[in-house]
Amino acid sequence: MNRLLGALRRLLTSLLFFAALVWVWHFLVHRGTWSAVVLPDPSAVWAYLVGAVKDGTLLSACGVTMRRLLIGYAISIVLGIPLGLLTARFKVCSDTIGVLALGLQTLPSVCWVPLTLLWYGQTEAAMLFVVVMGSLWSMVIATDNGVRNVPPIFSRAARTMGAKPIYTLVFVMLPASLPFIVSGMKQGWAFAWRSLMAAEIYVTILTGFGLGQLLDSGRDLSAMDQVIGIMIVIIVIGLLADKILFSPWERFLHHRWGTGRA
Amino acid sequence: MTSYSPMALSEELQPIAPAKLVVDHVSKEFVTGRGTVKALDDVSLSIGEGEFVCLVGPSGCGKSTLLNIIAGLDHPDSGQVLANGKPVSEPGRDRMVMFQEHALFPWLDVTGNVMFGLNLKPNLTKSDRRDVAQFYIKLVGLERFASSNIHELSGGMKQRVALARALAPNPRVLLMDEPFAALDALTREQLYGDIQKIWDVRKKTIVFVTHNVREAACLGNRVVLFSPHPGRIREEFKIDLARPRDINSVELAEYSTEITRALKGYFKGEGAAE
Repeated sequence: MNRLLGALRRLLTSLLFFAALVWVWHFLVHRGTWSAVVLPDPSAVWAYLVGAVKDGTLLSACGVTMRRLLIGYAISIVLGIPLGLLTARFKVCSDTIGVLALGLQTLPSVCWVPLTLLWYGQTEAAMLFVVVMGSLWSMVIATDNGVRNVPPIFSRAARTMGAKPIYTLVFVMLPASLPFIVSGMKQGWAFAWRSLMAAEIYVTILTGFGLGQLLDSGRDLSAMDQVIGIMIVIIVIGLLADKILFSPWERFLHHRWGTGRA
Repeated sequence: MTSYSPMALSEELQPIAPAKLVVDHVSKEFVTGRGTVKALDDVSLSIGEGEFVCLVGPSGCGKSTLLNIIAGLDHPDSGQVLANGKPVSEPGRDRMVMFQEHALFPWLDVTGNVMFGLNLKPNLTKSDRRDVAQFYIKLVGLERFASSNIHELSGGMKQRVALARALAPNPRVLLMDEPFAALDALTREQLYGDIQKIWDVRKKTIVFVTHNVREAACLGNRVVLFSPHPGRIREEFKIDLARPRDINSVELAEYSTEITRALKGYFKGEGAAE
């Protein structure tokens, strides 16, 4: 009962905060500090969102964007974790793939767009490539980092219990680096999201009209209510992803490792 | 399978015949920044089946190195170790190790940790493994904590879990590398009692490394004294005291005084030689 009340209170605090934020926004527009063209009233943004949901553009754009994001992100995880294990365990891999990962990590992945358009044309593959380039390297680096931070005594203990190298890698090194991998997954998600938005705003892909393109078309129409509406949708999706994708992992880490909750 | 399984399980839980260990002219050098260190210099030692032997000496005398070589985690430069007549070349489930750091896996609960070695042991069903784990968790007195997380346990409880994990695959030899060094005195005393009881019930050959002379005299049938630079065996002491032994008893104090005196003598000798 007490916990329920506590959760309710926290929810209420959040709601009040955001209500106050919207009210300040409304107040400033209402006073005429900014013209409604530069900063539309919250009610205009709300009206746009309701309209966009009703005519289906918003949901289909969300669908297109989420599909690109989730597929690209999944590819990054599936490729990134094994690559990170390799770079952590083998000097050759660390001197080659490891250096490459570190280098490409610093490159904003929207820089890939001109090349990918040439390679793949205006296709979904081009978008996926940009997303993967955005998030793959932080997955590799986080996994590598995690494995290197595993206390050597863990693999020694596993060896005395009869574990062979591959078994140790999968059942000791991998779970032992989980705290690093999860934070790498969070970072990878953020990079994937940014890359995709940049790419969608940058180029129009004919196979699907995503959130980025919807935002860009708002700019073309000088419809700031649309731009702000899409920005809010992007923020809400980001928050939900954090809660749905990462909270369970973080709860598990907190429960087992006894580390502080973020 | 189900009718066969209970048989296999009771067999699995039977005490296994302890192994005889022979350390045969083992030498080992380490190259460090300041030159080579002779950790073990032509060390030979024979340990009987079911014997409880304590290796004692100051740090750097090679006792832990010898333990790692017996475990198969390290390889000697020359000489060899025989476990039941077979040369040791790699770690094996017949020789389980307990480290000074508990080395428990934080992503598994207590049962998961005890089951780790069992999962690698063939010819057991999942429920057999669970039962075996439960048996050993109970043996070390932690049945109430079977599904606890490692970070929730005290230092002494963690070492009990490590002990259960080492015992679970039913090894013939238990190798213990200063397992109680990081614990407080009271917890340690409890564990002295437990380990003697378990040695009595499970019939293992135990090699126990420590720098605590009193601890060695309390636990071992035999105390083997090492000296450093180079690591050599200097002297052996047979401890003829009834069990269970109390670390605070007067008879035990006499033994430990004798061993300590010998230890100091070798140090003085070494100091004079240099």
